[in-house]
Amino acid sequence: MGLIRTVVLALALASAAQAQEKFITVASTTSTEQSGLFKDLLPLFEKKTGIQVRVVAVGTGQALDIGRRGDADVLLVHAKRLEEKFIAEGYGVKRQDVMYNDFVLIGPKNDPARVAGTRDVAAAFRKIKEAQAPFVSRGDRSGTHFAELEIWKLAGIDIAKEKGAWYRDTGQGMGPALNTAAAMNAYILSDRGTWLSFKNRGELAIVVEGDRRLFNQYGVMLVNPARHAHVKTAMGQAFIDWLLSTEGQRAIADYKINGQQLFFPNAGS
Amino acid sequence: MSAIAEGLRRVLELDRELWHIVALSLEVSLSAVLIATVLGLPLGALLAVKRFRGRRSVIVLLNALMGLPPVVVGLLIYLLLSRAGPLGELGLLFTPGAMIIAQSVLVLPIIAALSRQALEDAWREYEEQLRSLGAREFAAALTLLWDARFSLITALLAGLGRAAAEVGAVMIVGGNIDGVTRVMTTAIALETSKGDLPLALGLGFVLIALVLALNAAAQLVKETAERRFG
Amino acid sequence: MAGSILPLVLEEVAYAPRGQPLIAGISLTIDAGPSTIILGANGAGKSVLMRLMHGLLAPTSGRVRWREPDSPSRRRRQAMVFQRPVMLRRSALANVVYALALAGVPAGEREPQALAALDEVGLRPLAHRPARVLSGGEQQRLALARAWALHPEVLFLDEPTANLDPAAVREIERVIKAFDAAGTKIVMATHNLGQACRLGDEVIYLQAGRVMERAPIESFFARPATAEAAAFMKGELPWV
Repeated sequence: MGLIRTVVLALALASAAQAQEKFITVASTTSTEQSGLFKDLLPLFEKKTGIQVRVVAVGTGQALDIGRRGDADVLLVHAKRLEEKFIAEGYGVKRQDVMYNDFVLIGPKNDPARVAGTRDVAAAFRKIKEAQAPFVSRGDRSGTHFAELEIWKLAGIDIAKEKGAWYRDTGQGMGPALNTAAAMNAYILSDRGTWLSFKNRGELAIVVEGDRRLFNQYGVMLVNPARHAHVKTAMGQAFIDWLLSTEGQRAIADYKINGQQLFFPNAGS
Repeated sequence: MSAIAEGLRRVLELDRELWHIVALSLEVSLSAVLIATVLGLPLGALLAVKRFRGRRSVIVLLNALMGLPPVVVGLLIYLLLSRAGPLGELGLLFTPGAMIIAQSVLVLPIIAALSRQALEDAWREYEEQLRSLGAREFAAALTLLWDARFSLITALLAGLGRAAAEVGAVMIVGGNIDGVTRVMTTAIALETSKGDLPLALGLGFVLIALVLALNAAAQLVKETAERRFG
Repeated sequence: MAGSILPLVLEEVAYAPRGQPLIAGISLTIDAGPSTIILGANGAGKSVLMRLMHGLLAPTSGRVRWREPDSPSRRRRQAMVFQRPVMLRRSALANVVYALALAGVPAGEREPQALAALDEVGLRPLAHRPARVLSGGEQQRLALARAWALHPEVLFLDEPTANLDPAAVREIERVIKAFDAAGTKIVMATHNLGQACRLGDEVIYLQAGRVMERAPIESFFARPATAEAAAFMKGELPWV
C-alpha cells in the first residue's frame, strides 16, 4: 500500500513539475478540433502570450460535463441552449458568441430522395423520410445531433416515433458517422468544417445548404471559479478575450481549407 | 496494398509530430509496465510461495482482472482524478501521469497472475531444496524471481503488449490532447474518425513495428542470457 | 564450537496427511558414528522418513527431537541431498556460494570455501559452467559439494544415485565415503543392496511405514531377523 502511495505521489510531483509551464485546459467539441481550426489558431495565441492551450475534444455533452466537474478552465462548444443552462446553473461565468458556421445536408450523389438543390432543409428531411432513404444520425447528444432533432421537429415529424429501418442511429462522433454514411451511401447532417476536412467521402456530396435554420453558433465560457477555486481565471480569461478580439476574430476568418472559409467570426453580435 | 504504402508515406511526412507521439507512447506504456512489475512481481511471488486462507479466491480474482475492459478502467480512474473526485487535488487528469496510472492498473493483474503461474511451477521444483538450505519464504521468493527471470520476461511482454495496444483508458484519462497526451493508439482513433484512413493505417503499422521490435529485443536478451546461465 | 546436535530422537513419529498413514508410529534414535542405511522397497516410506528427520515435513503426531533446540545454526548443521539435484540458474560455483550465503558465511570467505568444496568433489574445472548444463552425475556431485561447503554434522541422502550410470555412482560413493571419513554422520536411503553394503555400517529396514528391523550391516545381510526383510532381499538379488 505504501508503495502504491509513493508511486502516485511521484507521478503527481512529476506532473506538477510539468505544470510549472503556463497552460490552460479548454474543453471543446470533436467537430471543432477535427476541422483543424485549433492547430491553426492556437500557435498564434501561444506565441503572443506564452500560454499553452490544451484542448480536450469530446462530444458537447461530455464537454459540458467536464466543465461542471471543473476539469477544464474554458469551454468552447456549439449548443446555445445548453450553454445558457450551464450559466444559469452557476457552472460558468458568462456566455459569449465567438463564431458560427453552418450545417450541411450530405447525401449520395445519386440522390434517391431527390432533395439536391433545395434550400429548405425541413422539406428535404420530409422527402427523405417519405422515400425511406437511408439516413445516419449521430445520436450522441452532440450539438449536431440536437440540430438534427430540431429540423425533424420543424418538418413536423416526431422522429422518435416515426423512425424506421432507414434511420440509422449510430451514437458516434461526426467523423465516424460520416464514415458510416459513406459506407451505407446514406444522408447525414454534418457541420461544414468536418465535411471539408473529411477525406473518406465515397459517393457523398453536399445536397442541401444555405438554409437559415442550418446556422450553427459557437459560444465560449469561463468555468466558474466561484464553483471551482483552482480554475485558471486570469489565463482563461486572456484566451477568451483574445478569441473575441480583432486579432483572434481575424485569425478565425483566415482559416481556410482548399480556399474555403470554415468559420465566420461574430463576436459581440 | 497501395493504402498501406500511401499510409507509410504520410506517416514519414509527420516527422516531428510522429516522433513526439511515438516517444510519448513508449514513455507511458513502459512506465506503466515498470510500475506494474515493481508491484506485481512481489505479489505474484508471494502468492506462489505462501499458503493462506482465501488464497484460491485471490488467484481467481487476479486471473479475472486480467480481462478488465480498458475503457472501464479509464472511466473509473477518470472519476478518481477529476477535480470533482477524491484525488482531484493532484491535478493529474489529462496528463501523461494519469495515463500511466490507468495503464498500470490494467497491466498489474497480468504481470501478477502470469508471474504467479510461472513461479508456482518453479516453486514446485525448488521448494524442497531451498527449504533444505534454510531459505525462508521471503528469501526463497526472491531467489525464485531471479531464477525464473526468463519466463517472467514473457509476463512482462504480455503486459507491455496490453498497454501499447489499448486506447480506451488513455483516451478517457488523457483527453488525446494534441502534443500533450496524444499517443499512437489515440492518434489512430482520431485519424480514423476524421476519415483519414491511410494515415491511420500508417500509424498502425508503426505501432505494430514498434511492438515487434520490443519483442525481438527481449527475445534476444533472453537467448543470450540463457546461453550464459543455462 | 557448539555441542553436537546428535543424537536425533524420534518419539512415536507418525505422518498421515489427509488421514493416509504413510509413517506409522516410529520411535528410534540416530547417534553419531556409524553410517545408517535406511533400506526398503519403493513406497515403504524411506523418503518421507528422511524428510521428517531433516525437518522438511512436520509429523502429524509424535516428536522429532535433536539434542539442541531449533535455531538457524542447528538447521544448518544437517544437510540433505535429494534424488534429483536442484540447481539454480547460475554457475556451479555460484550455486555453492548461494548456500554459503544462506548459511551466513561472510561475503569475502564464500568464494574460497566454495572453490575448496568443488575441489573435494573434483568439479573445480567446471566451476564457471552453468550448473544446469552439467550432466546428472556432475550435478549430483555439485549437490554434494554444496553440502560439503556447509560442513554439516549430519548428511541425509535420499537415493542419491538412483538415476545415475555406474561410473557416476562410483564417483558419488567416493565423495560420500570422504564425508564419512571427515566425521559427518551419514543417513542414506537406498534400495540398492550393493550400495548399502559398500557405504553402510547399520541398516534400518522399513516396510509400509514401520521399522521392521535394525541391525549392523553384516548380521542383517547374513541373517535377516524378519521374514519381510528376507523376502525383500530375495526380490533384489535374483541369483539367490
